[in-house]
Amino acid sequence: MDPIIANFIEENIVPKFNYWIYVILMMIGLYAMITKNNLIKKLIGMAIFQTAIILFYVSIGVKEAGGIPIISHHGSEHHQEAGAHSEAGSENLKHNIIDKDKYANPLPHVLMLTAIVVGVSTLGLALAISQRIHKSFGTLEEDEILNKLRPGGHD
Amino acid sequence: MTEHFPILILLVPLFGALIVVLLGRERPEQCWVTSLVSLGISSIISLFTIIIVLSDKVQTIRYRMGGWEPEANGYEVGIELRVDILAALVVFAVTFVGFVNTIYSKTRAEAEVQGKVSFFYALIQLLIVGLCGIVMTNDAFNLYVLIEITSLTSYALIAMGNRRAALSSFNYVIMGTIGASFYLLGVGYLYIKTGTLNIDDIRMVLGNNDLWEHQSIIVAFIFIMLGVWTKMAFFPLHGWLPNAYAYAPSMTGTFMAPLMTKVMVYVMIRVMVWLFGWDFVYSDQHVWRELVIWMAVIAIVAGSLLALARTDIKKMLTYLIIAEVGYMVGGAWLGNVTGQAGAFYHILSDAAMTFCLFIAASIIVLRVGDSRVSAFDGLFRKMPLTMIGFTVGALSMIGLPPTCGFFSKWYLISGGMKAGQWEYVCALIFSSLVNAIIFFRIFERAYFGKIAGVKEDLSPSDSDANPDTGIKEVPWSMLVPLFIASGSVLLLGIMNRTLFEWIQTALEVMNT
Repeated sequence: MDPIIANFIEENIVPKFNYWIYVILMMIGLYAMITKNNLIKKLIGMAIFQTAIILFYVSIGVKEAGGIPIISHHGSEHHQEAGAHSEAGSENLKHNIIDKDKYANPLPHVLMLTAIVVGVSTLGLALAISQRIHKSFGTLEEDEILNKLRPGGHD
Repeated sequence: MTEHFPILILLVPLFGALIVVLLGRERPEQCWVTSLVSLGISSIISLFTIIIVLSDKVQTIRYRMGGWEPEANGYEVGIELRVDILAALVVFAVTFVGFVNTIYSKTRAEAEVQGKVSFFYALIQLLIVGLCGIVMTNDAFNLYVLIEITSLTSYALIAMGNRRAALSSFNYVIMGTIGASFYLLGVGYLYIKTGTLNIDDIRMVLGNNDLWEHQSIIVAFIFIMLGVWTKMAFFPLHGWLPNAYAYAPSMTGTFMAPLMTKVMVYVMIRVMVWLFGWDFVYSDQHVWRELVIWMAVIAIVAGSLLALARTDIKKMLTYLIIAEVGYMVGGAWLGNVTGQAGAFYHILSDAAMTFCLFIAASIIVLRVGDSRVSAFDGLFRKMPLTMIGFTVGALSMIGLPPTCGFFSKWYLISGGMKAGQWEYVCALIFSSLVNAIIFFRIFERAYFGKIAGVKEDLSPSDSDANPDTGIKEVPWSMLVPLFIASGSVLLLGIMNRTLFEWIQTALEVMNT
């Protein structure tokens, strides 16, 4: 492979893999929302679009060598069973010190829980509306619906 | 008690919505009273909030939800509500329009959304909760959630109309989701750089670390602006608005047309002034200021011309909204306090006059049964009271004193002159002229137009005896809101100096 391309991939694509995927997914979603003729396909595009943003947010929270943001073994009652590693952890806890580099940032994940709920309700509402459209127009293809709405169209 | 006012404004309609849903099955006739009471309480509380904020000691109410005190280094922990005079005025406008619109819905809701009356009242109250929350919240992500709450409820409210309403609601879902997602992305980029979501804290971190020229911040600003513009139907992104507002049930249209776009303009001003700040937004290094003003000019001209081309009254009014959004965006981007304060004053005055015009138009469409301009033929004789209300709103849209439309245009034009943006000044004057053509065309028909099916040579006594084609005035539940709306158009115009000074002082504090 051309060394320039290889260098580019190594520097710009590999370390930012998540972000590339998010941009690509978002573009797929936008493309589907704008160009597709079928209303359900538009909604699929919308779901992809929202998922891309969730991927973006989750990627923000990641840290190198960061684990699940759950502080295990707090208090002294579990002290006995705890291994050497968490002993140090609970030792820190006593002094109210949390080593923040050990944990992934939980806040973006929490935000995304809300965003997922919003996304689901948007999708549900949009599906209900498209059901209404199908009932009154008999089709979900946008051009056919617009054709029926034109004065003099078959309806 | 008084320190909890910000949250009470939100909680009263929220619980009102829940109660209305519960009542819906057993006693649907009580839904109207319940929502009237809850919105009445909410607007009284917001009126008191204005008074509190204006008092000497309190300029800004900061309400920390759940009592989370800030950390020792000054950063906020929880979600915060922040009410200053600007927020208090917009919140009062939202709740008051909601209250008055509920009076208007009394007979229309039963006629237009049979069997779903309770859901209509529940959704409209949730919409008001969302709008008030947008205005008051001081948390960038919370703002996104509230934007989505308002959007979801408004999709559902629009889709309650006929089948065309369902289709336009679907288009609104697509456009609205793109807009809100862009906003969310912008907040994500800000979070990467600053690690906080509180609007004041983001500003502080950006300032302390001098991150202004960083790429992420510029990208975040552009994403947030694009998202907000989509939501407010700024000209090239306006496609969803005309059909959605024209085909929605009339009492939904009368509520959403005056408020939804205006609240998003408020969000834009807030993001520009509080989140990013004067120096960043109007910096000479960025080309966007000139660009946005030109976009606003195009929006004003295109909106006015598109409105002129419509023969359907409601469609025409929706295109006028698009032109008005252009006024406000342009005013906010002029780069001086006069323009910004003018844009803000225009939020209030545009809410009042759009409300007035939409109610009048809905009444006329209802009574005449025709939504074309020809419906106005001879209406001054048939429905004098409705036409008086319509005339006040229309004169304000054209910009004649003493209506508020004149003063807001005056402030915007003087802001444009100060900034030396002559293209914007010209666009405003052009739009006024087009509005004059549009509305005087209607007045002419309403005064001199022939009434269908009525002989013109009737003597006065005959025409009194003949209640001709059955077009008569509407019940009080529709006339009272119309007169409150046209009264507030005049009141805002008379009070313009006081209001403008409040707004200007509040904005100057942030800009120095």
